[in-house]
Amino acid sequence: MAEIVTLADGVRELVRDGDTVALEGFTHLIPHAAGHELIRQGRRELTLVRMTPDVVYDQLIGMGAARKLVFSWGGNPGVGSLHRLRDAVEHGWPRPLEIEEHSHAGMAAAWAAGAASLPFGVLRGYDDNDLVARTTVKTITCPFTGEQLAAVRAHRPDVGIIHAQRADREGNVQLWGITGVQKETVLASARSLVTVEEIVDELDPRPGAIVLPGWVVDAVAVAPGGARPSYAHGYYDRDNDFYVAWDAISRDRNTFTEWMERHVLGAVAA
Amino acid sequence: MSPEYSADEMMAVEAARRLTSDNVCFVGIGLPSTAANLARRTHAPGCVLVYESGTIGAKPTRLPLSIGDGELAETADAVVSVPEMFAYWLQSGRIDVGFLGAAQIDRHGNLNSTVIGSYDAPKVRLPGAGGAPEIATSVENVFVMLRQTRRAFVEQLDFKSSRGDRVRVVVTDLGILEPRDGELTLTRVHPGVGVDDVRAATGWELAVAPDLSRTEPPTVAELAALRELEAA
Repeated sequence: MAEIVTLADGVRELVRDGDTVALEGFTHLIPHAAGHELIRQGRRELTLVRMTPDVVYDQLIGMGAARKLVFSWGGNPGVGSLHRLRDAVEHGWPRPLEIEEHSHAGMAAAWAAGAASLPFGVLRGYDDNDLVARTTVKTITCPFTGEQLAAVRAHRPDVGIIHAQRADREGNVQLWGITGVQKETVLASARSLVTVEEIVDELDPRPGAIVLPGWVVDAVAVAPGGARPSYAHGYYDRDNDFYVAWDAISRDRNTFTEWMERHVLGAVAA
Repeated sequence: MSPEYSADEMMAVEAARRLTSDNVCFVGIGLPSTAANLARRTHAPGCVLVYESGTIGAKPTRLPLSIGDGELAETADAVVSVPEMFAYWLQSGRIDVGFLGAAQIDRHGNLNSTVIGSYDAPKVRLPGAGGAPEIATSVENVFVMLRQTRRAFVEQLDFKSSRGDRVRVVVTDLGILEPRDGELTLTRVHPGVGVDDVRAATGWELAVAPDLSRTEPPTVAELAALRELEAA
């Protein structure tokens, strides 16, 4: 059964310096509040895994929390670049960032393999492009048909962190809408933390919802608005204006640092 | 007398014209999403829009900023997980059209969305390939939308993010390129554009089709539908 904890305690107990940590959520339900708590607690030397590094990874990278990034698309959706990610890769600021780059299909297969406790995922992919020489992918032969396929090493992070709409008092977690790779992230990770909008007495059914039983989750923390500026379907909308505004905030190192000091370091965890 | 329109509007309209109600279309954000939604609202109401966030058959009333906006899930026929999207739906060949954009394209339709400069010390680190590598090899018909400049239409890619052998058409702000004998060839120019303009915006020796024609300008109805979509 998952333990119900505060966000600060959950991050303190589950995430260590040097860990491989995945904060997932495909556009929807991105665990921003948990990312901010990682920054406030000063976690360092992290390997960050995420298909679509978003504003929250831009913030973690810009604050120097990451040693390495494993990803497949690192941009500000519909807006443009992630400037802190670019600055780290192009200029090593505030520190050099090692990258391991995949395609979306490769990352998705690596997550599914991790959830299944298989050593690798298999796909029709990485076909005749320059990514092959730059990432961890191998060619394997199908033992039944002889078809050449791509194999990607399974994702097995130390900690998986996701945000969901709600949990019950036993720590069973329910999420719906675009569910991305969140189930796989929790199942593939050695430890897991789920932030939720609210804790309810009973999880009545919702169309398309998935439920993660409390016994596969280590800790649940209430963090209302914990996905903002991403969104929580049925609770609040994506703050598209903020994603647009982030472009100017993040473009300049000083503006970025001042923004982080005011809005993240100076804030208190839920 | 045709109405006034912008180069982006010409691109969106021309790309939309290539979709039919029989297509299942993998849609990226930006111009491709505009074109696909325009097609669905005009001549191709049955066209199925698939966004990589896992929304199949999305019918948004306004253009989404991201591929995961809530309205896509609310209006979809089905919402599936991301591993399912790429394994069951894309790699299985159930999607027949995929739109791609890029920072660079070469004469064979290979695309770069990864880096400008060298990979280890990039001049510009771009967002990366995302869904493109497997879209480019899983759908039968790849449609590319890209503004035509010498910086984008290059002799040699800085990085090959996806392969180009299924690229059927490249819609630019100047005209249309289609593969002829394995090489992207100018087959149409948009109204008011000359062949020399397109050559000047292409970084390789551009082949021009002997049957080169001119794109029909957007109709009043197409423009009205497009502007209504963008204003929503």
